[in-house]
Amino acid sequence: MGPESLEARQKAAVEEVLKAYPEKAAKNRAKHLGVGSPDDESQKTCGNVRSNKKTVPGVMSQRGCAYAGSKGVVWGPVKDMVHISHGPVGCGQYSRAGRRNYYIGTTGVDTFVTMNFTSDFQEKDIVFGGDKKLDKCLHEIDELFPLNNGITVQSECPIGLIGDDINATSKMYAKKTGQTIVPVNCEGFRGVSQSLGHHIANDAVRDYIFDGSPAVLGEPIEVTEYDVAIIGDYNIGGDAWSSRILLEEMGLRVVAQWSGDATIKEMVQTTKAKLNLLHCYRSMNYISRHMEKEYGIPWIEYNFFGPSQTIKSLRKIAAFFDESIQAKCEEVIAKYQPMVDAVQAKFRPRLEGKQVMLFVGGLRPRHVIGAYEDLGMEVIGTGYEFAHDDDYKRTKDEIFRSTVIYDDVNEYELEAFVKALQPDLVASGIKEKYVFQKMGLPYRQMHSWDYSGPYHGYDGFAIFAADMDLAINSPVWGHSKAPWDKEGEV
Amino acid sequence: MQDVNKIVNGKDLFLKPEYKEVLDNKKQFEGGMGAVNPAKTEEISEWTKGWDYREKNLAREAITINPAKACQPLGAVMVALGFENTMPYVHGSHGCVAYFRSYFTRHFKEPTPCVSDSMTEDAAVFGGLTNMKDGLKNCAALYKPEMIAVSTTCMAEVIGDDLHAFAIAAKEEDKGEFLGEDFPITYAHTPSFTGSHITGYDNMMHGIMSQLTEGNKKEEKNGKINIIPGFETYIGSIRSVKAIVESFGAEYTMLGDHSDQWDMPAGDYSMFAGGTPIEEAKDSINADATISLQKYSTVKTMKMVTKRWKHAGGASNPIGLKGTDEFVMKLAELTGKDVPQKLKTERGRLVDAMQDSYPYMHGKKFAIWGDPDFLIGMVSFLLEMGAEPTHVLCNNPARGWEEEMRALLDTSPASADCHVWAGKDLWHMRSLLFTEPVDFMIGNSYGKELMRDTNIPLIYIGFPIFDRHHLHRYSISGYDGALNLLTWITNKVLDQLDEDTKGIASTDYFFDLIR
Repeated sequence: MGPESLEARQKAAVEEVLKAYPEKAAKNRAKHLGVGSPDDESQKTCGNVRSNKKTVPGVMSQRGCAYAGSKGVVWGPVKDMVHISHGPVGCGQYSRAGRRNYYIGTTGVDTFVTMNFTSDFQEKDIVFGGDKKLDKCLHEIDELFPLNNGITVQSECPIGLIGDDINATSKMYAKKTGQTIVPVNCEGFRGVSQSLGHHIANDAVRDYIFDGSPAVLGEPIEVTEYDVAIIGDYNIGGDAWSSRILLEEMGLRVVAQWSGDATIKEMVQTTKAKLNLLHCYRSMNYISRHMEKEYGIPWIEYNFFGPSQTIKSLRKIAAFFDESIQAKCEEVIAKYQPMVDAVQAKFRPRLEGKQVMLFVGGLRPRHVIGAYEDLGMEVIGTGYEFAHDDDYKRTKDEIFRSTVIYDDVNEYELEAFVKALQPDLVASGIKEKYVFQKMGLPYRQMHSWDYSGPYHGYDGFAIFAADMDLAINSPVWGHSKAPWDKEGEV
Repeated sequence: MQDVNKIVNGKDLFLKPEYKEVLDNKKQFEGGMGAVNPAKTEEISEWTKGWDYREKNLAREAITINPAKACQPLGAVMVALGFENTMPYVHGSHGCVAYFRSYFTRHFKEPTPCVSDSMTEDAAVFGGLTNMKDGLKNCAALYKPEMIAVSTTCMAEVIGDDLHAFAIAAKEEDKGEFLGEDFPITYAHTPSFTGSHITGYDNMMHGIMSQLTEGNKKEEKNGKINIIPGFETYIGSIRSVKAIVESFGAEYTMLGDHSDQWDMPAGDYSMFAGGTPIEEAKDSINADATISLQKYSTVKTMKMVTKRWKHAGGASNPIGLKGTDEFVMKLAELTGKDVPQKLKTERGRLVDAMQDSYPYMHGKKFAIWGDPDFLIGMVSFLLEMGAEPTHVLCNNPARGWEEEMRALLDTSPASADCHVWAGKDLWHMRSLLFTEPVDFMIGNSYGKELMRDTNIPLIYIGFPIFDRHHLHRYSISGYDGALNLLTWITNKVLDQLDEDTKGIASTDYFFDLIR
């Protein structure tokens, strides 16, 4: 490495990557790439990047679609409802049980998260319309799965194009049977990424869960002063559970999880909560704002990745309540501090100074930075698949140093940035994992926690630290070079 | 709380008493039946295991539950990656491509390059021509492929985009900057609402072969044999087949050879590896013969090859002993050569192994699901071992498959107890397994929930396999592939035997050291 500063190398890498594009594409991509600086107050968004725009065609983007945002993210984890992938067979199959939204329940009997229900459209459904088939699907589901507490209809691309009216079909069926049926118009071509799917799904929650007053099982819960809801935690690898424990230890009562391990009843009773705690801002800010406006429930964002942010967040949450909660909050922080100290003492020496490049979705491109820094690691590049300006604005407060920022990065760019900046760890998704591992670079999937986790909360941080150590310090990376390879090769 | 000397992930973390309390406590807020009235959940759970439920389940007409098939463009992407330096390009919404890439990547543990032209609402209204013009140009500029193979998502199909016209228009507008006149842009329409991933395989293979060979027919044959692997997810199978053909000393072209693409060595990364050279593919029309290893995955392609190209060959499925024998005999016939000693020895070793292990497979009842050709080969092998394929389920049967499978099962002495389930899904399979149980299941990772619910052991053979490693590297074709099948199945039977007999001081008299 030359004497060049990190920032200079980052800027050069951005400039270099743009040269490969045809003119029109280069002009477009230039607006999505930048170098963020924690000290530069002039930047409107981190790195001044533009976001939430159409993807350049032909570039191997990592983005998903509106259906993925609704079925895959927001609705799919609601465990006591059946979610129909309405349209051809593929979407539901590719997204089946891939997100690790953990839940407790008897799958196929009273819970359905890891299953794939699809109307499996055939040509005749495209030509003659699929509304009758949908009605029949609803009947068959209710007959075979009598303990479902509702059905959502997740539209795939063709639905909106062939003029089907899933809203009318759902409404008629619901009226006839008294069942909760939630039509969601989340066709994959809508919007530019998963993001619009989140919004559409949030709106469907508003219209059918809040305004629809669905029937729920069991007694309504009695309200207390300390009722909170976890919003925007999909319980990946059990994240919401390792968050919930901390909130309960400080004397709060978590009445609902949205939507990892959620039941429709929890969602219904959230309107009586005292405070909504929002983890994934991007995917559930809409419903949080709605609850604030409609039911007067305030919401605050928090971050349970890494002890520094966790402590800050616990105090921020406690500050909303009385002194008894605040005192207990301090007790919780004190209780876990020795464990955190031990984890840091163990892993920090093994990870200190290691550089990381991230590319994820939702909240993680900014939220996990602190967790890495707690281990002495340095995040030098980050970006979001489907963020908006408000995400990149928030990112400004989370970076510690000059950081290359790439919005909707594609395979070509990410590879180029990694080659130019030579991080010690790349943390992104499954599609990129093996590209970088083949280069001999340690890699962790940061959507699925690479089949580990949870990473939220104090207990999660210990796992996170152990996993990063596992990745970076595994002996396997040393095997790429064969004894007969000459210096400088491989 | 975590103990720094023994940090555990979720598997053990949530077993700790403080988390048991958290999870129990959560139930008071839940509205699922399991939290409100566990006895009711238990009652319904039992009901789903009976004949009444099975009848209702099998009577389903509209909803598919836990399918064992995927959609067309997935197969098209596989075809494209079998050609040298070829970028699969999917015309439509980019969410689909994210799904294809992650699906293959989770199975192969390998990168899967593929681009999309990211059509959105405006393209849905006005058509995707602009996306295609920009997309082809950008793809060619960035990734510098030798060929781009275009397939479609259902969105593009519903609005009726014309790939042929679009490809011409894209080249015209590019004026040779990135897309030269000779640059091959092959294409196939692959609507997701028709057939399955094997239909998409067929359409794309047909598209590439017909378009690349256009105008390349010569008077002279080139003396080669074309081999089309089909939707082959076992990398080792492609290598086994190559080794068989090579042992005859035959000149051949593997059309759509993705075996190197999804099996890249560590140490370096290049986007593309291996694959059929484009020039060779262009010349494939001049071969003497074409053999498809998967009849039902190449219906349209083979129709072209036999009717229009008038090639000898036809279909031959080299899974199992008989299947491999037939493939070898076909090669002997096409090359006019005797079967090489190497293959005779390999066959002898396989038969020897089958004769060693048969007591453990004989009479065992199996349930199996997968693609049509896979099932023909696998069921044939099970029958060769004296096993009973009790439930054979194909969610994506092609025309003629059900009859062929029935005829195959009718060669078994247990014929009457062997059932073919065409067009059924894995929730149907669940009912079948509860009401007419089997000893073992053979299938993909989707069998995992069936294994949990029914306690029937699952032998992982099929696609996709997400939760077991490296099986796709092995072969299930040829004599060596059959030996792998024999090994996996026999040893699973033995594992289960140990499981069933390991009770200390109760059943462990049968926990034999030697089997």
